[in-house]
Amino acid sequence: MGIVTDAWSWLTTGANWAGDGGVWHRLGEHVYVSGLALLLACAVALPLGLGLGHLGRGGTVAVNVSNAGRAIPVFAVLALFMVSPLRNAGYVPTVIALVLFAVPPLLTNAYVGMREVDRAVVEAARGMGMSGGQLFLKVELPLARPLVMTGLRSAAVQVVATATIAAMVGQGGLGRIITAGFNTYNTPQVVAGALLVALLALLVEAVLVGADRLLGRRA
Amino acid sequence: MSASNCLVTNDWICGEYLRTRSQELTDAVLQHAGITAVSVLIGLAVAFPLALLVRARPRLAGPVLGLTTLLYTIPSLAMFSLLLPFFGLSAALVVTGLVLYSLTILVRNILAGLEAVPAETREAARGMGYGSGRLLWEVELPLALPALMAGIRMATVSTIALTTVGAIVGRGGLGNLIEDALPTFFKAQVLAASVLCVLLAVSADLLLLGLQRLLTPWTRIRTAAGGA
Repeated sequence: MGIVTDAWSWLTTGANWAGDGGVWHRLGEHVYVSGLALLLACAVALPLGLGLGHLGRGGTVAVNVSNAGRAIPVFAVLALFMVSPLRNAGYVPTVIALVLFAVPPLLTNAYVGMREVDRAVVEAARGMGMSGGQLFLKVELPLARPLVMTGLRSAAVQVVATATIAAMVGQGGLGRIITAGFNTYNTPQVVAGALLVALLALLVEAVLVGADRLLGRRA
Repeated sequence: MSASNCLVTNDWICGEYLRTRSQELTDAVLQHAGITAVSVLIGLAVAFPLALLVRARPRLAGPVLGLTTLLYTIPSLAMFSLLLPFFGLSAALVVTGLVLYSLTILVRNILAGLEAVPAETREAARGMGYGSGRLLWEVELPLALPALMAGIRMATVSTIALTTVGAIVGRGGLGNLIEDALPTFFKAQVLAASVLCVLLAVSADLLLLGLQRLLTPWTRIRTAAGGA
């Protein structure tokens, strides 16, 4: 397993972490772009999904949007942005592409989560004189939380994964360590970069699972 | 002269490009479809015994489903790179990566399909003297077919999208064309390859839907009767 030890020694070499193309810089770019995209996607998808779920409308649209999302190749979308005038807009193309991929799981899960709240509970709350707003905040939202959080988790993991592909069109992020390794036939660097990305994806998943557990305990 | 102008002016849509590079485009589509088909078929060959194993030993459900979900969280560029030391720059590398991704969707769907078979149906077949092999092939599998086909469709569509990333090792089908066109900002090629990729996904999905209807004629009779 020479390759693993080589990758390890690449990772433990301080020089590879410093500077403009170093791990810290790429990690910073990756987290910045993914975080921004996830926030924007939440700002769009959550109010829409939760609102439509509360009203009980537009479900088919939400689910179909989500299914169509799977068929769209991330690499192709990013490449299309990169040959358009948007290529001079810094992180904008990557962020837009990432938002596109994060919205479907967030939207569907928010909608389905709201719809699957037991109707009898909703009726009881209404019977107790709760207004629409109270019903939404105190009954539906807490009960829909598990599914909404599942959507958030898959969106977050998808965003972190997709941000890697940004490197294939020359944008920043951890993927650059992999593509740079490919271009210089430096296999240990390629494996080291892949390990870093996989670890980040798993870390994000773990943090969100932890946050979900904490929220669940308080509720 | 005016026909080739769109190549010079780098238009998004260019008939001249489609005409002169039709061979290149066909080759890319064939490679793309081939890699996808092989990946999904191998994925199915691996997922099926796994699903049967999990059903026979429910204690394995957690680890098997957990592991396949874990595989799905590994970004595709990282997955292909991690497999590089084992396969080199080959189509086998891309296929292996895609098979690993397809397992998440396939195992879950096969399992869900088999578990949805009513217990009384199973008992009735057993009472009629069906052995477990015949029970599986003649009763459970046909009943699980809709869920199984739904899984295959989902896996196929997402595999077609993911195959493009195989361009990193030069085996990405239409992804190769996209990657080749990037350094020169060759719009017509990026757009044509992207559109073909989506068209391939849509046609594969429709083809599989047709296959499903062909394989499960009884569901159509039921819906027709229900609709009337």
